[in-house]
Amino acid sequence: MENFAALIAASINSGTPLLIAALGLLINERAGVLNLGAEGMMLVAAITGFAVAHQTHMPWLGFVAGAVAGMLMATLFAWLALVLVTNQVATGLALSIFGAGLSAFIGQSFVGQSLPAGPHGIPFLSDIPFLGKALFDQHMAVYFGLLLCGGIIWFLYRSRAGLVLRAVGESPESAHALGYPVRKIRYLALLFSGACCGIAGAYLSVVYTPMWVEGLVAGRGWIALALTTFATWRPARVLLGALLFGSVTILQFHFQAIGIALPSEILSMLPYLATIIVLVLISRNPDWIRLNMPASLGKPFRPGSA
Amino acid sequence: MLKLELRAASSRSMAYLSPVLALLLTIFFGALLFMALGKNPWTGLQVFLIEPIRNKAAIAELLLKTTPLVLCALGLSVCYRANVWNIGAEGQLIAGGLAAGSTILFFDTGTPGLSGGMVLLLATCAGVVGGSLWASITALLRDRFNANEILVSLMLTYIAQLLLMYAVNGPLKDPHGMNFPQSKVFSSDYLLPHLFSGSRLHIGFIVMLVASGLMAVFVYRSFAGYRLTVGGLAPLAARYAGFSSRRALWTSLLISGGFAGMAGAFEVAGPIGQVLPSISPGYGFAAIIVAFIGRLNPIGTIFGGLVLSLFYLGGEMAQSRLGLPSAITGLFQGMLLFLLLACDTLINYRLRWQK
Amino acid sequence: MTSADAPIVPRLELNNICKRYPAVVANDGVNLQVTPGEIHAVLGENGAGKSTLMKIIFGAVKPDSGSVRWNGQEVRVATPQDARKLGIAMVFQHFSLFDTLTVAENIALGLDQNVNMLELAEQIAKTGENYGLELEPHRHVHTLSVGERQRVEIVRALLTKPQLLILDEPTSVLTPQAVQKLFVTLRKIASEGCSILYISHKLDEIRELCHSATVMRAGKVTGHCDPAQETAASLSRMMIGEDLPPSAHSEPVTLGESRLLIRQLSLPKAHAFATALEDIQLELFGGEIVGIAGVSGNGQQELLAALSGEDRRAAPQMIELKGKPVGNRGPESRRKLGQSLVPEERLGRGAVPEMSLTSNMLLSHQHEPFVSKGMINFSHTIQAAADIIARFRVKAGGPAALARSLSGGNLQKFIVGREITRQPDVFIVAQPTWGVDVGAAAQIHDEIRKLKQAGCAVLVISEELDELFELCDRMHVIAKGRLSPSIATASATREKIGLWMSGLWEEWTTAETVSLGKTGGNGSRKKKSYSNERGEHA
Repeated sequence: MENFAALIAASINSGTPLLIAALGLLINERAGVLNLGAEGMMLVAAITGFAVAHQTHMPWLGFVAGAVAGMLMATLFAWLALVLVTNQVATGLALSIFGAGLSAFIGQSFVGQSLPAGPHGIPFLSDIPFLGKALFDQHMAVYFGLLLCGGIIWFLYRSRAGLVLRAVGESPESAHALGYPVRKIRYLALLFSGACCGIAGAYLSVVYTPMWVEGLVAGRGWIALALTTFATWRPARVLLGALLFGSVTILQFHFQAIGIALPSEILSMLPYLATIIVLVLISRNPDWIRLNMPASLGKPFRPGSA
Repeated sequence: MLKLELRAASSRSMAYLSPVLALLLTIFFGALLFMALGKNPWTGLQVFLIEPIRNKAAIAELLLKTTPLVLCALGLSVCYRANVWNIGAEGQLIAGGLAAGSTILFFDTGTPGLSGGMVLLLATCAGVVGGSLWASITALLRDRFNANEILVSLMLTYIAQLLLMYAVNGPLKDPHGMNFPQSKVFSSDYLLPHLFSGSRLHIGFIVMLVASGLMAVFVYRSFAGYRLTVGGLAPLAARYAGFSSRRALWTSLLISGGFAGMAGAFEVAGPIGQVLPSISPGYGFAAIIVAFIGRLNPIGTIFGGLVLSLFYLGGEMAQSRLGLPSAITGLFQGMLLFLLLACDTLINYRLRWQK
Repeated sequence: MTSADAPIVPRLELNNICKRYPAVVANDGVNLQVTPGEIHAVLGENGAGKSTLMKIIFGAVKPDSGSVRWNGQEVRVATPQDARKLGIAMVFQHFSLFDTLTVAENIALGLDQNVNMLELAEQIAKTGENYGLELEPHRHVHTLSVGERQRVEIVRALLTKPQLLILDEPTSVLTPQAVQKLFVTLRKIASEGCSILYISHKLDEIRELCHSATVMRAGKVTGHCDPAQETAASLSRMMIGEDLPPSAHSEPVTLGESRLLIRQLSLPKAHAFATALEDIQLELFGGEIVGIAGVSGNGQQELLAALSGEDRRAAPQMIELKGKPVGNRGPESRRKLGQSLVPEERLGRGAVPEMSLTSNMLLSHQHEPFVSKGMINFSHTIQAAADIIARFRVKAGGPAALARSLSGGNLQKFIVGREITRQPDVFIVAQPTWGVDVGAAAQIHDEIRKLKQAGCAVLVISEELDELFELCDRMHVIAKGRLSPSIATASATREKIGLWMSGLWEEWTTAETVSLGKTGGNGSRKKKSYSNERGEHA
């Protein structure tokens, strides 16, 4: 029983960075911008957050630093993809490659360092037997993720700003013709996404594995991208998917305990295999995608003349 | 302030100047970086860019590293022309290297059997097949299930790396290797012959040059190449013409996987000489940049390969001579790609000074 | 209109407006005046500068020089929001709608302040009733027909309580009956004091609806007039600077054998936003030009895809080309049997924009001697492209010119020329002169007639009734995925075709068929009726 509660807790813990990153990516994709640089943003945020938390001994400052780093990376992307109207796929890849290089570069002096575990748990609620351990003994960021999800649902479907965002993603040309500042809206969406990926990256290095190694993010940025597609751009489904992936990631460590004797390298493949499987499942029906995907996703937009 | 103004027609000359401009800007920003790190910018640039090509041995190393970069980039150029975003060249390289290495280990039992040349040929074929098979997974999932090839090929790269890890820790582990995760070193018969003594440059380099020439003919003069290009530029026009997008998908991915696999085979049977937990310092990813620098033109990729090869060597030099992290290579690579994308804007837009 | 005591302040006055782009002068010293309650036409052919002028009025584009006066005061309209605040509303030719959102949400986005959705739904219903523009606020826009989408645009404009309403080519997507209904709506709006700017190139409509007109050509104003006092000929002279080329009359041709037979072609929707095809029957003979009329969105694209081979879901025998079943064969198989096709979209489908004209030849010339043993013969291809440029008088920089550097008309001439030089037995063309200047349009029509004279079977799919009436021997109408029987052009009227466009052809068929001696679109019987009824085709 104890083990099961711990399993649930660990899954939630593991799914949180995916949840926060994917929610951020959902916003910029809803605006019609495809940012494949999520991995790069998370990496840079991870090392920045770690370095700041390490030097200042204030973990929450690490989160702020991570968010700022993410927003800076997003600005770099925005300048290329929105102002210079470069190919969004190539630019996103460039961001990831650059982010990998930059984080490894900065991180080389921090390799092997670690941080103390931070405070966690909601007082009183975490003492409830079973449920307390399973659900209420998490780091603050986990609950932040849930609030974020709810906030985004309200924003997208109940607020005028959310309606405008969805309109921009559906047809930037029409939005522009109606006088909406498409570039500014997309930039704001990217900033939000950068902040989210930043917080997610910082979470990985400051809380999840409070230690720096190269490859800490291990593809979670890419998985978060897959998650947004899998969730057909709906926040509630992102929550579900993040939990699913969190469980799969944890499962690999518990397989051996359950008696399944697979080599550890094969078990480590689980999250990546799971990603491929969910991508296949959701993409199978082209109508689902067509009806839900923001129509302008990834297409260049030039607010030019006739 | 500076404003961008649409040109009446794309500038052909800018298309070729842009990579050069991007390279110069990268060097400029690199100099700033050295300064920020407390090193003399001139020394830094000299160590990074000049040292690696100072003498014949150094140039041989440069050409050696160019081989896998260009081979991968040739395949990726075909894919990107067809608008198939294969990001998994690294994984396909690993798959090819694993297949080739396994083949060599199969024959390298100490008892004389097939000739060295024969084994190497088989190993190379195994590499091509391995890489193609790995890429065909991406093709299948995109063809049957519309799964996005960027994410699938990338996930497969992580899986390939883990597969390699598993192999060197398990089935391919050298029984006399003191339990290190690596295969035994290949006997010298089964290593790629060198072109000159005193350098590790092997015949893979020649194969790469020939492949570039053949690719140029394929892309620019063959109808198959035309079909792929049209499919990438205007998919609706390709459908109108009757070109099958499915065929384009499979062709480009299989070619790309095959080339990456060959690169992996050459690495394993060449400079590495055994199967290790890591057989590539990210060649598959660097090749993406090579393809862009080369403007997706097979001959241009050679230029791009030289530049990125230089960055690899420069990074090693910077580490040993200046005490800088070797990750500086990745930093320069990323900067170069960014600046290239930015400079490419000038192909279609002109900079104007406007109040 | 001016009374003796007070001059009427114009609602809108443009003085000497100029706007230049890198390749073209869009507006050159344009003057325009609209009084309150006036319906004012802006007349000109494609490329005359009308759209740019409207964008300047609406605040989407800044003029290089010149002034804009609103109700007597000079104003600067810098953004569409400014225009809306002044009371200017615009309905674009290409709608600014969001498919996956509802009608109410679309309209809300066009209003500048935050609105209560329930109140908005009420307002939409009321306005719709008032002006004859009925709408359901909670329907998703992608389920609406083109005519209904236009209503959303107009209601959205009306809810901003405009003093000036600008309509850009509003009738290109309407049946003749719907056009009349629109005119009633517009007259009502004008009678309430709102001015209307009506951009069009359709002379008859302007003469019927508008109080005054400004005629533009090549960026300049060539005249102001009262359209009711003018004739179509005088208006077109102002519009294109010379008299319309007389439409050539084709001589009667002996009908050849059946070249294309479509038999009970039914196809489900290819995707959520498509139209299903239902039981289409059509037969095409050599030496005739057959037209398919219809408002866009009724299945033309789907039919064209089935005919070109881009959609291969049909059963083989549903489409027969020269007697051979090709329903499930691809484009190249159909080309090999002698079919040539000019698609609706030039850039992106008919030609690759970033490639040269030479390279674009290979899209439909994939056989010897252009391609042999898998390799391209460039010298032959370049020569062929140069020949087309010369023969069809395409204004281009040469065979190496990129497709996107050509004007719409010239690119269309090249594509049509490319397909004609294949010497086809069946020639299918969609929207042959859309967005093409009058000179090029006349030339293309000429070439189509020459094909017919040479014995080719020609099928023209078009949304322009004038074009079909001018070119075709007989016509079908496509509506909601179904195809009407054909009717000889000489016996067709706009009213009848308009009714058929709403799908109401059964009733006419019975009356018609009594005289034609047939029922429905069965090929052989139709042929017999031709010779009985007309005596022109043997």
